[in-house]
Amino acid sequence: MSNEAKKPRISERRRFFTDLAHHAGLGVMGALLWAGYAQKAKSSPLTLRPPAALEEEEFLKTCIKCGLCAEACVNRPQNIDKETGRPRPGTLKMAKAQDDVTIGTPFFIPTEVPCYMCDDIPCVPVCPTGSLDIKKVTNPETGEMDIRMMDMGLAVVDQNSCIAFWGIQCDACYRACPLMDEAIKLEYDRNSRTGKHAFLKPVVDMNACTGCGLCEKACVTEKPAIFVLPRKIALGKPGAHYVKGWDKKDQQRVSERVNTDVTTHDERSKENPMDYLNKGLEF
Amino acid sequence: MMKWSNLKYLILRRFVQLSLLFLYFAGNYWGWTVLQGDLSSSVLFGSVPLSDPFAVLQILATGAMLGTNVLIGAVIIVLFYGIIGGRAFCSWVCPVNMVTDLAAWLRRKLYIDKIERKIWVTRNLRYYMVVLALIVSAISGLAAFEIVSPITILNRGVIFGFGAGSGLLVAIFLFDLFVLKNGWCGHICPLGGVHSIIGKRSLIRVKHNSDNCTLCMKCKEVCPEVQVLGMIGKRSEFVSRQECTNCGRCVDVCDDDALDFHIRNLIASKESK
Repeated sequence: MSNEAKKPRISERRRFFTDLAHHAGLGVMGALLWAGYAQKAKSSPLTLRPPAALEEEEFLKTCIKCGLCAEACVNRPQNIDKETGRPRPGTLKMAKAQDDVTIGTPFFIPTEVPCYMCDDIPCVPVCPTGSLDIKKVTNPETGEMDIRMMDMGLAVVDQNSCIAFWGIQCDACYRACPLMDEAIKLEYDRNSRTGKHAFLKPVVDMNACTGCGLCEKACVTEKPAIFVLPRKIALGKPGAHYVKGWDKKDQQRVSERVNTDVTTHDERSKENPMDYLNKGLEF
Repeated sequence: MMKWSNLKYLILRRFVQLSLLFLYFAGNYWGWTVLQGDLSSSVLFGSVPLSDPFAVLQILATGAMLGTNVLIGAVIIVLFYGIIGGRAFCSWVCPVNMVTDLAAWLRRKLYIDKIERKIWVTRNLRYYMVVLALIVSAISGLAAFEIVSPITILNRGVIFGFGAGSGLLVAIFLFDLFVLKNGWCGHICPLGGVHSIIGKRSLIRVKHNSDNCTLCMKCKEVCPEVQVLGMIGKRSEFVSRQECTNCGRCVDVCDDDALDFHIRNLIASKESK
């Protein structure tokens, strides 16, 4: 009897609420750990995705990690080595835990295998979820797939390590580009350092470049001086309020711009600011 | 000592599991069009889509729109297991089943079952995991189970090459061996939970005949979901609980012809209740 008296009495109601708190607590704990890991796993901003991939955030939501794109890539008929009869390594890899990419999602590394921009783009139509969206590479005029509409990233030239900018004649990237003289152009310039030579500088056209990475693969320097980055990383953004002068199209843009600037009106706005000096107004 | 008839369904299951893995592997390595993709989403004979309904559910939970192919694939899978197979995915298809079965077999052989300190974990944990996975998918915008699933890690490992994720498989093996009996497949795995729910009303089921039963309890020793065998030696009836994976191990080990696969007549069983 005395033993029982010492025990606190646990009512049904207390038991119910404690159980509820117990389950909710464990659930929140699990969700926080799991969501924390998911947030970390999502963050791979330097990843190059297959052509026609949705914008990264949407791509990560929809990709079911089935690998059909990678299989279509490696087994495409053009990829069969004629000597061995075996396919060469495919461009698209499925991310493993040690890759700095969300596990199970397709990506490619240009220095290993770049994208060869097949005319039939075999990796895109096989996607069952639409995270590789065939519309993104379909030319609206012809209704057919168009490799020029691919967008995997943008090639960027490091002018410090590109030997063409030293005055050495190298056009490896220019010749490797599947869109030769469109995506990479050679800019002729006078070498004022020597005073008697020419520069043949590779310049990337950001509108034509698809980010296939053939230039990066072809680059002769120890670590490539031209490399592909996702457009989001490679490009800056000037903001809507800068205008390119003597450019009809850009001036047009400004005249069409809807003004969204915020103007603050308060008690002080009633007075003319000039009167601060002229009439000695106190604000 | 061991009779071949005592391994019938085990061998059949390993054959199915390994054949599927081989076909997936061949789909990538030789470009065979029998079965391409992986267990998350595949294409059968180059035309029929098949998709993991749980993966699809998680993607929908992120708020994303999905292509029709993957939705049709999920419907086909749900119909197949829902009408015919029950929770057969777990024991006949899933490659992790081979890992956890190995752990369970070793537990029996090494008498770990008899020695270890028992930890009790509710077998309903998997259903909480399903809900949690959907919530985390919605919060993080990433199909939450698909980034930690040992099933897809093992499956993709076979098809595209193994990576550091293999460590997770070793961890699950050790967990099942030393921490909790049937820990992963029988308690935690949310995909097993989803397949339990899908297969609840399936036609193919194990049926117990208690007249033949000698109460040797061999079936309960090997069953990975032992709570479904509550009727052994008591009532002649179908194993009707949804967690039964239709693995047929109980049928295999029964020497008294007291357990076998039958087609359940749902209408009749309702009348008898």
